[in-house]
Amino acid sequence: MDLFGDYTLRLVALGSAVLGATSGALGSFAYLRRQSLLGDAVSHAALPGIVLAFMLTGSKLPLVLMVGAGLAGWIGTLAVQLVVRRSRVPYDSALGIVLAVFFGIGLVLLTHIQKLPNAAQAGLESFLFGQAASLLRRDVVTMMVLGACAVLILVLVWKEFKLLSFDPDFASSLGLPVRRLDGLLTALLVVAIIIGLQTVGVVLMSAMIVAPAAAARQWSRRLAPMVMIAVAIGVFSGITGSILSSSIPRLPTGPTIVLVLSSIVAVSLFLAPRRGLLWRLLNISALRAAPDLDPVLMHLYALSHQHPDDPEHGHPVAVLRTMSPPDVNVESALEGLADRGLAQQTSDGGWAPTPIGRREALRIHEREAGEEA
Amino acid sequence: MDEHERWALEVEDLTVAYADQPVLWDIDLNVPPGVKMAIIGPNGAGKSTLVKAAMGLVNPVAGEVRIFGRGRESAEGQIAYVPQRATLSWDFPTDVIDVVTMGTYGKVGWIRRCGAAEKRQAEAALEQVAMAEFARRPIAELSGGQQQRVLLARALVQDAPIYMLDEPFQGVDAPTERAIIAVLDELAETGKTIIVVHHDLQTIPEYFDYVLLLNVRAIDSGPVSEVFTEENLRLTFGGRVGVLAAAGAGKL
Repeated sequence: MDLFGDYTLRLVALGSAVLGATSGALGSFAYLRRQSLLGDAVSHAALPGIVLAFMLTGSKLPLVLMVGAGLAGWIGTLAVQLVVRRSRVPYDSALGIVLAVFFGIGLVLLTHIQKLPNAAQAGLESFLFGQAASLLRRDVVTMMVLGACAVLILVLVWKEFKLLSFDPDFASSLGLPVRRLDGLLTALLVVAIIIGLQTVGVVLMSAMIVAPAAAARQWSRRLAPMVMIAVAIGVFSGITGSILSSSIPRLPTGPTIVLVLSSIVAVSLFLAPRRGLLWRLLNISALRAAPDLDPVLMHLYALSHQHPDDPEHGHPVAVLRTMSPPDVNVESALEGLADRGLAQQTSDGGWAPTPIGRREALRIHEREAGEEA
Repeated sequence: MDEHERWALEVEDLTVAYADQPVLWDIDLNVPPGVKMAIIGPNGAGKSTLVKAAMGLVNPVAGEVRIFGRGRESAEGQIAYVPQRATLSWDFPTDVIDVVTMGTYGKVGWIRRCGAAEKRQAEAALEQVAMAEFARRPIAELSGGQQQRVLLARALVQDAPIYMLDEPFQGVDAPTERAIIAVLDELAETGKTIIVVHHDLQTIPEYFDYVLLLNVRAIDSGPVSEVFTEENLRLTFGGRVGVLAAAGAGKL
């Protein structure tokens, strides 16, 4: 079978790749700002916008429907903010409320227009789960233009967006317009979402936002590589999903793309170096071997009470060893305490707590006393 | 000289409320330039909120904040801020030098990337907090004390006349505490004003020369030798302070 000779498949694969790239890039920021669920609320909130745009204009041009989707999604984010600011409803519940209300309105409108006597509305219901096969050349061009604009803005405002995501208070203290930056980044996320609605649909679109970022985070230690890996994962899943669904009968494209993505996430969570589950399992044994410093410090502190006039008096390691359980490596614990400035070796080879060490020991003592009380 | 320029930070009739509950009530405070000031008070006294109000991060219900005699709005770049370490997400994918370089973003301006000059500033600041060899370390792999030093280095590259630190000694190791104090002492010697939210009453006389006792209201403020008294501590902390007051204030 000649996979790339097929015009429809080429178009679908290109559209899915564009969608994977933009949602990978913008999704990374949503993920790092713990706003992944905002993507879910926005995509569900887009549904009434799509239907209303069609009802008002009678057009199914992608740009018209995307503008409707974008406006509704944007109003959805404002509604979330309004609920959080004006009531005592927490952020996650506000997201749930907005998602349900907007999606419900969307479904009512969709059912309503399907009962209308003309056939022009046919196909709007495919926005629920997406219908990649319906992508036309003009749709893909629209997606590419919107995606390119979103990514270009992201690159230009990169360092401000990075700081906004890491430490918004500090960004504000530098005089950056944090509110407006936040609005811009959210608007770009809305753009990334509406790009994917025709292919993946409002229900599964949030997976395109969360999954590439979640997988990419496992493999990267800095922001630029993370975003690039997320883009690569998004593009790969888009193309692979398109090919799979075109070569296997009755396999829908959008859900297939999401399944490919999910497998990548699963593998990443398990295998990634440093952050993966496997790595952590292997390293727990190493962690266990590190000595616990607190008990040895407390022993030193107790010993220093024997010489109230000379708190710097040294105490031999042997004494400390008899005070500790046999499996404790007292020498390495003492080295650890010395590294932290809590204990020091005296001229006679013994050990004594430093003034800071004594204060720390007192703090531990008070904390433990407080826990028992 | 303008009358107001006598103060680095001036707070007048400041009231801040969260959900109708006053967190700060009618605060008046004048901080002379060049002091090392500690803000102390029990949990929920509004210490962090006062710092945030001075930074313009929370909107007061009433009152005014002036920095060197000028309104908050025109004071950009006057205050270098070290937020509470625990409020940040240390799992963010970035490294130490990148976080420190963030201190230059205000001066670098829009769209421009940070260049060699900014990198040198960041490296010098890391040197100052003895973290130079950690420049390329991901921040997720730092200890609490190292995280705190990175945040201090980020504030240092701002080179602002006022430094505000929110609980910089919370959960850090002893060498870090000493390193931070050494840096703050250096800053104070060059005429910077230092304002620190602090918890450990015992170290107040050793570390600071000025103090604000806060418990929703401003109980008292002034030189440590005058206002850091058992009487004031009791007013601020209630009865619970007996032991600590004997240990800290008693030494004076």
